Amino acid sequence: MQILVTVKEVGQLGDEVVIEDGEIAESALEYDLNEWDEYALESAVQLSEAYDDVEVVTATIGPERSDETIRMALAKGADRAVRIWDDALTADGAGDETPADGLLDTRVRVELLSAIVEREEPDLVLSGVQSADAAFASTGVALAEEIDDAWAAVVNDLEVDPDAGTASVHRELEGGIEELTDVPLPAVLTIQTGINEPRYASLRGIRQAQSKELTVLDLDDLGIGTDAVTGALETTALYEPETTSDATIWEGDAESTAGELAAFLRDSGVIEG
Amino acid sequence: MSDVLAVAEHRRGDLRPISHELITAGRELADATGGELHVAVISGDVEAFADSLNREGVDAIHTITDGEEFNHDLTVESLDALWSALDASYLVAPNSVNGLDYVPAIAQRLDLPLVTDAIGLSLEDGLEVTRERYGSKVETTVAVADDAGAVVSVRDGEWPPAEGVGDATVESFDPGVDESAIHSTVTGFQEVGAGDVDISEADFVVSIGRGIEEEENLELIERLVDATGATLAASRPVVDNEWLPKNRQVGQSGKTVTPDIYIAIGISGAVQHVAGMKGAETIVAINTDPDAPIFDIADYGIVGDLFEVVPALIEEFGGETA
Ligand SMILES: Cc1cc2nc3c(=O)[nH]c(=O)nc-3n(C[C@H](O)[C@H](O)[C@H](O)COP(=O)(O)OP(=O)(O)OC[C@H]3O[C@@H](n4cnc5c(N)ncnc54)[C@H](O)[C@@H]3O)c2cc1C
Ligand SMILES: Nc1ncnc2c1ncn2[C@@H]1O[C@H](COP(=O)(O)O)[C@@H](O)[C@H]1O
Repeated sequence: MQILVTVKEVGQLGDEVVIEDGEIAESALEYDLNEWDEYALESAVQLSEAYDDVEVVTATIGPERSDETIRMALAKGADRAVRIWDDALTADGAGDETPADGLLDTRVRVELLSAIVEREEPDLVLSGVQSADAAFASTGVALAEEIDDAWAAVVNDLEVDPDAGTASVHRELEGGIEELTDVPLPAVLTIQTGINEPRYASLRGIRQAQSKELTVLDLDDLGIGTDAVTGALETTALYEPETTSDATIWEGDAESTAGELAAFLRDSGVIEG
Repeated sequence: MSDVLAVAEHRRGDLRPISHELITAGRELADATGGELHVAVISGDVEAFADSLNREGVDAIHTITDGEEFNHDLTVESLDALWSALDASYLVAPNSVNGLDYVPAIAQRLDLPLVTDAIGLSLEDGLEVTRERYGSKVETTVAVADDAGAVVSVRDGEWPPAEGVGDATVESFDPGVDESAIHSTVTGFQEVGAGDVDISEADFVVSIGRGIEEEENLELIERLVDATGATLAASRPVVDNEWLPKNRQVGQSGKTVTPDIYIAIGISGAVQHVAGMKGAETIVAINTDPDAPIFDIADYGIVGDLFEVVPALIEEFGGETA
């Protein structure tokens, strides 16, 4: 069985938001493996431990910088990695590391990832529910439709029966209700946080990851023309939302702010005694 | 002139509130071009649903009787067929968990650009959608090229529900879905998060988020809870890590709480968390980040380190100091 895990390197904002030329300044971002993909990867690695002959391959669309994140995924148990990047996918069209707006269009991400699916022919594709930065929450399900796989979104419990060729999943709905669904393989599942306990990379894993295969492909390699990655969406503005806050902020050191809050709680009557 | 198709949502016999909000959002788009607003409702008691969906501004309701509960394959096939029968440009749908399960697929099927989780829409020179990135810390507008149309999913609670009684035509639509197109089978539902406490009944909730950093540190919050008699709750990452049981989770996929006072400690205020606590009478936030979105809905705030503020608070109430 082959499992393909889509892993995205996402930028995470610190306390300071710095916006330059209508984009978040790179200096304000820390790059890491997308939280949801961390859980998807763990699910895949656990399956590879539970069954014989399971290969776990990661797929990433991203600049060279992502290799560090990909190596971490390899250190945690993926067998090899594929990364797609091309000048045509960069904002300036010439290799800058900022992704082009084209990648906002789900159809473009699907075009690229489905080319990997075609090469690898996985039995199962695991992706995250959403990326923490762009948060479209659309890639996995759109990919499934494109490659004619079955699918399930927002999966927080997963059992795979490779012999029967099915996955039994729980889909986490709103309000503490889960939907129990059976999906035939090959399938694409979008994985929700909390489904498992993602492992830390061991030192041995980190060492081994260095020698695992990481294939980098560009549009030519995939036989995809630049037209197919233009996309129909364009970011026209990016800003910090105007605060709608009319909160009273208690100022001062910890003692005095805690004092204010304590006084407020006593006045409100919620504290007994 | 562009027509709009809005897709209603229901679960276990009830329309979900987003359905009426979608009518408002859809009407807005239709008005901008002088187009018509169509509403689709698939599976279940579609006639009763159609009655409720017939609000002011709806021109036509299409009922599809196949199935009882949501099934994404049936939904995609039905919408594909209905889309061909109509001449619409925009499809608006809920950004709900079931929305996540079919909206990307129908957009891909129809080869239309998709913009998800919209919090604002404008249609002047083409469609422009306002949405958030980085967990509500940044807002963007996204323009959709050309007039080929689009699929837009809409965040709940952003548009007011449509009111009044409309004079829409209600027509049954037969999408002619072949059974072989249905791949996934829903075998049941399960309620989770039962247990010793019901945080939704509490008057005073202290809720802890990822700011707590380590499981060992939870003991600090427990001392605060002991000293104040509050009920302990948490945001998702704390529960994902199994530091607290699922019945303590506040938010979209956890519990909805409506206490007199909700103190959010080390919680950023992501939309899925806020969904479960915005009904609290008074919200207090303690967070090191003055720009954390939680302050937008807070009534009182402390910009500070929980590892300093919470011990001071425990001391105020004569609780056990470390
Ligand atoms: C389909 C779906 C359903 C979801 N359902 C839920 C749900 O039901 N409930 C839920 O909560 N989330 C839910 N989420 C997750 C949600 O999107 C957020 O990821 C989550 O709410 C973030 O939790 P947090 O605020 O604790 O963590 P973060 O967003 O990481 O925020 C931590 C905060 O702590 C602050 N902080 C750090 N250190 C300190 C310190 N020393 N003192 C004070 N403050 C500090 C930081 O400034 C930051 O604001 C869902 C997501 C999806 C996609
Ligand atoms: N650039 C990318 N490279 C690899 N996987 C991606 C990329 N973008 C999105 N994905 C996958 O799709 C999921 C949902 O992302 P999104 O639709 O962007 O919110 C993520 O959790 C990833 O698994």
